[in-house]
Amino acid sequence: MLFTNYDATSAYDEMFAKTGGPRRGTELLFDRLGKLTGVELQHYQNTAMATMRSLGITFNVYGHADGTEKIWPLDVIPRVIEHDEWRLVERGLKQRAMALNLFVNDIYNDQKCLRDGIVPRELIESCEVYRAQCQGLKPPKGIWTHISGTDLVRDKNGTIYVLEDNIRVPSGVSYVLENRAVMKRAFPRAFEGHAILPVEDYPERLLETLMHCAPDGVSDPCVVVWTPGIYNSAYFEHSSLARQMGVRLVQATDLVVHDERVHMRTTRGLARVDVIYRRIDDDFIDPTVFREDSVLGVPGLMDVYRNGGVTLCNAPGNGVGDDKAIYVFIPKLIQYYLGEDAILPNVPTYICENPKERAYVLEHLSSLVMKPTNASGGKGIVLGPRATRAELDEVRAAILEDPRNYIAQPMLQLSTVPTVVDQNVEGRHVDLRPFILYGKEIYVLPGGLTRVALRKGSMIVNSSQGGGSKDTWVLANKGH
Amino acid sequence: MMLSRVADSMFWMSRYIERAENIARFLDVNAFLHLDLGDTVEEQWDPLIAVTGDEDMFRERYGKATRDSVSKFLMFDDEYPNSIMSCLAGARENARIIREYISTAMWNEINKFYLMVQDAPREMSSEATSQFCEEVRLGAQLFVGVTDGTFSHGEGWHFARMGRLLERADKTSRILDVRYYLLLPTVSDVGTPLDIVQWSALLRCASALNMYRAQHGRISPSRIAEFLLLDADFPRAVRHCCDVADRSLRFITGTPAGTFRNNAEKRLGRLRAELDYTAIDDVFNEGFHEFIDRLQLRLNEVGEAIVENLLAPQKILQSQSQSQSQGSWHRRPMEQPE
Repeated sequence: MLFTNYDATSAYDEMFAKTGGPRRGTELLFDRLGKLTGVELQHYQNTAMATMRSLGITFNVYGHADGTEKIWPLDVIPRVIEHDEWRLVERGLKQRAMALNLFVNDIYNDQKCLRDGIVPRELIESCEVYRAQCQGLKPPKGIWTHISGTDLVRDKNGTIYVLEDNIRVPSGVSYVLENRAVMKRAFPRAFEGHAILPVEDYPERLLETLMHCAPDGVSDPCVVVWTPGIYNSAYFEHSSLARQMGVRLVQATDLVVHDERVHMRTTRGLARVDVIYRRIDDDFIDPTVFREDSVLGVPGLMDVYRNGGVTLCNAPGNGVGDDKAIYVFIPKLIQYYLGEDAILPNVPTYICENPKERAYVLEHLSSLVMKPTNASGGKGIVLGPRATRAELDEVRAAILEDPRNYIAQPMLQLSTVPTVVDQNVEGRHVDLRPFILYGKEIYVLPGGLTRVALRKGSMIVNSSQGGGSKDTWVLANKGH
Repeated sequence: MMLSRVADSMFWMSRYIERAENIARFLDVNAFLHLDLGDTVEEQWDPLIAVTGDEDMFRERYGKATRDSVSKFLMFDDEYPNSIMSCLAGARENARIIREYISTAMWNEINKFYLMVQDAPREMSSEATSQFCEEVRLGAQLFVGVTDGTFSHGEGWHFARMGRLLERADKTSRILDVRYYLLLPTVSDVGTPLDIVQWSALLRCASALNMYRAQHGRISPSRIAEFLLLDADFPRAVRHCCDVADRSLRFITGTPAGTFRNNAEKRLGRLRAELDYTAIDDVFNEGFHEFIDRLQLRLNEVGEAIVENLLAPQKILQSQSQSQSQGSWHRRPMEQPE
């Protein structure tokens, strides 16, 4: 039996209750998997990875000698989310997306939340990704955060927390789509009897979202996806989304500003572009505005944007909303803008900028997780309980040097999901990144990307650091 | 209307696939030839390098041309830009650049094709080599078939077809050259009776035996040269390739046949007209090698003009430019992307 020796007690397990039985909603999957031998399960796992390879579903890792392109790792045991629980999460995510958008808009326009003292002004002024150039902008339909990805984790006690918001250029959604497609191909019998909410309509909804915010007066907008190029870590996704939406994938060299509009260079001359889903950081959009040393940008693009001649998704400057020091204020901002309590709680967080909290953090380094406020991909994170003396000293010095750049959180024990390990099943820690589209209405893709730390005991889920992924099933039947 | 950068990748993706197929044909034609000759002649692999590869580069890296060293060079040397492995890597890289633009079926085929070559054992018996060359040919043809069947026949498709046929025109002339170079080193030897079996092998390697038989009946070296160079209908004949490439060019630019508005149209139109009004005797009068050398030069000029006139914006993409062939060729070097 596959699950005979499965340990569901070291953390909250997504499939098994502490008592050992399957949780509500996972009974059928438990039954299906339970009928397999370890060899059979491994066979499905191998088939899935072979399919990933033959379809060329990859991601890029910077600085790898053996070619930058890696096969996307998928574990074939899905992560199941029960219907009612998902509905709650979905409501929480919509609420958060709405508040974040209002916040960014407020910061770049009236700054009411600063005047009312909800968020300290210094925190905005010291924010690295605050863009003074965006002050006073009113993007079409008032939307700044068209596409966001919010990382959720579940702690030992079963509570789902928001770990961080990603409203700059969140990636991963294409792997949600590919994971589902590959699973159906490689492990169809796992699906039998289940009713699972579809994810396949995401590209259609994304296109709808992008077209919705076209510049005023443009009725049939030309939408493009802007990629930094094939060596970018998320190039697969850029290409995949462009293909599935049926829009062009462009690079900076394809774009040119002419006659106060953005155009692309084609074999028949210039063609106007109306909406740019840019998968490139603010810094590299326009060398005349942001970074003069950038060779990636399109000179003059920001002027066109500011004059409403083109829409950029997401809006430049909105990184101010997912700064990790601002994160602390999101529950208050939800209350402030929407008059509601936050549905999804934050992880308790200490802001090192605050002297009192900094003192606490410095005293408890070995039990906390320290994070830089403006990094992504797990860069610069120090896990106190697992860090060496030297690493702790290093982060202490870094915090003292630039307290604004750090927050700290208690070390969470992430939940586990059964995962294939050498013809057997063991629990591995996971997180979840749902994707939210802000268009005519707010849409949350059912489930999202479940990332799994494949090393035993590890909590590092980033694919660049040995993380894998799982298909994420949101059950369609209410009260299953 | 399409992005110039995308057109460039379509063009080169297609050329690389065709090039891989033809390198496989080169290897096959030589291996078959030696089987047919048996022990009567020492195996000659130098001509294959002379005609298809970079001789200096080969000498430097391998020294003596043997079945093993030439096969390794032409099949798997990833530092040699025209090896089958490099061609597939180049084709796949271009396909990856335009993955959102091509059909899913095209991407899947090209990726599988690439993986097949990548996974192939690097040490092979001669039977396995022959089998491998066959698989490369089939892989290339499957890709062309999938492209035809799943990709709209608009501008992008015409860029791919134009690239493929220009590449094929060049390579057919080289296949013919291998044979003449090997067996008929001087012009005066052309037309002397030779073993029918060997000439049949040449035709078979260009997949041309049945079509040739139906057209000309008996095997004759000059007829074979005529068929592979000047036939209007055979899909691997140089003239046919130029005709079809020209049609694609004109689909793309919209310029009527018989007129021109840029260098690409002018050069390809001229080449086409010359082939239309050339008899095989003219070729032999000029000198077979000389004719083929001039043909390759002109095909290269057409390729350059296409880059300049239609794909020019690509030139500013320095950071992603693809590898250039280094060193000098005994024959004309194969064209490389800008």
